[in-house]
Amino acid sequence: MAKSNEPIWWSLFSAGGMVAAMVLPVLIVITGILMPFGLAGDDPLNFDRIHSALSQPPIKLIIFTVISLPLFHWAHRFRFTLVDVGLKSVSTLIAVLCYGLAIAGTIVSAVILWNI
Amino acid sequence: MGEKEMSTYIRSVPNTWWMKRKPYFLFMIRELTSVFVAGYCIFLLVLVYKLTQGVEAYSNFVAAMKSPTSVALHLITLAFVLYHTITWFNLTPKILVLYRGEERIPQGLIAGTFYVGWLVVSILVAWLVLGV
Amino acid sequence: MAETMELEVFRYRPEQESEPTFQTYEVPFREDWVVLDAINHIKDEIDGTLSYRWSCQMGVCGSCGVMINNVPKLSCAAFLKDYYPDQIRVEPLTGFPVERDLIFEMDDFMTKLTEIQPYIIRKEGEEKPLDEGEYLQSPAELAHFKQYSMCINCMLCYAACPVYALDSTFIGPAAIALGQRYNMDSRDQGRDSRQELIASHEGIWECTFVGECSAVCPKDVDPAAAIQRAKVSSTVDWFKEVLIPWGKKK
Repeated sequence: MAKSNEPIWWSLFSAGGMVAAMVLPVLIVITGILMPFGLAGDDPLNFDRIHSALSQPPIKLIIFTVISLPLFHWAHRFRFTLVDVGLKSVSTLIAVLCYGLAIAGTIVSAVILWNI
Repeated sequence: MGEKEMSTYIRSVPNTWWMKRKPYFLFMIRELTSVFVAGYCIFLLVLVYKLTQGVEAYSNFVAAMKSPTSVALHLITLAFVLYHTITWFNLTPKILVLYRGEERIPQGLIAGTFYVGWLVVSILVAWLVLGV
Repeated sequence: MAETMELEVFRYRPEQESEPTFQTYEVPFREDWVVLDAINHIKDEIDGTLSYRWSCQMGVCGSCGVMINNVPKLSCAAFLKDYYPDQIRVEPLTGFPVERDLIFEMDDFMTKLTEIQPYIIRKEGEEKPLDEGEYLQSPAELAHFKQYSMCINCMLCYAACPVYALDSTFIGPAAIALGQRYNMDSRDQGRDSRQELIASHEGIWECTFVGECSAVCPKDVDPAAAIQRAKVSSTVDWFKEVLIPWGKKK
């Protein structure tokens, strides 16, 4: 039994889980409750304001992190969930699909953010 | 006289094993929170993408966020993401085992620190995004 | 009017049946009885053919593990009064092949315990000669691993673990906790040796932190925590090996 290379995926899972735990709730409240019910002040999500904010590299990096890391958190957790409900026979395929989707999402968000 | 071979009995595990007991069910709910985490990240990705498609596309998308469907999806997502946050922070003392000499640092203190951090980060993010 | 309650017990007699059955027994209800008392009553007074394991009757030997209403418990630690007047279902621990009635095959568990190298390992040339005396250990150093040394090998954790139930190649909670007991012992230098097993796919990386192993442990060993901590230390190792490949080869 050789030592596994799981640590890379587990690190991404952990980092993503921490980012999701810390940052996602408040964002969901903003986009799902405050903004729709007009409790978010003077149109803070307007195009000009957000576009100029996301034109700055540090902000791009933060948004990239907030989108990408939780995707890896999902990939790792969902992969094991599918194995736990009986799909162990195709576990390699599941792993490839899950991490593949997370990598794809990461690349797409990098490209989109880069071009703002 | 022949020896009758006596076999051990192997019990099978149904794929619905997680529905049989509450702790297992809650575990599965916890694992499924990751789907909602990913879902919201895709939503954020779409939001950023709409930004690159011009004022009209972006503004339409932001306006659509006010729809009952969007709000409902957000609330369901919030419930699951909050469950992720709470279970995540509550498990930190299991991973972060710290000692002062012989005494172990209380688990509540470790988890509590993360909750406080969460409050600070939330206020910071709200301030950044809403500019209040 | 003497109170009674019912025990529905898993029966498997390979010499007469190929499939297990359940047999219901009516036993006296006593305030101070545990499930083991009820099973002993069945054996002594009702049905002498019932087979099961038990020994100390006080939660230290780890022999009497059974499933009670789908929850792994020591039969000597489960009080009838906590279930009365409902019927109790008693089955062998989940995840193990059944030999007979409540007796399961524990060979896999025993193998894994020995494979984890549960003894102090010293590096080449670092064994202290006898005339230099004992290895000294402070109370603080003892505190670091003491919890993991409390395991009584009862296997309730394996019965609670859905990963082990689905895949018996998983090393499992008790074996990893035992490995950590030595890894965290200040006298031990064998962590790298144990890593081959612990940090393998069948080791810590199959664990999805369900946490039920720690929930059912009668000795508060907290194997789930032992496994997660091993994930952290193994990850740190992995990054060191990948990012600093010229580092000390072990």
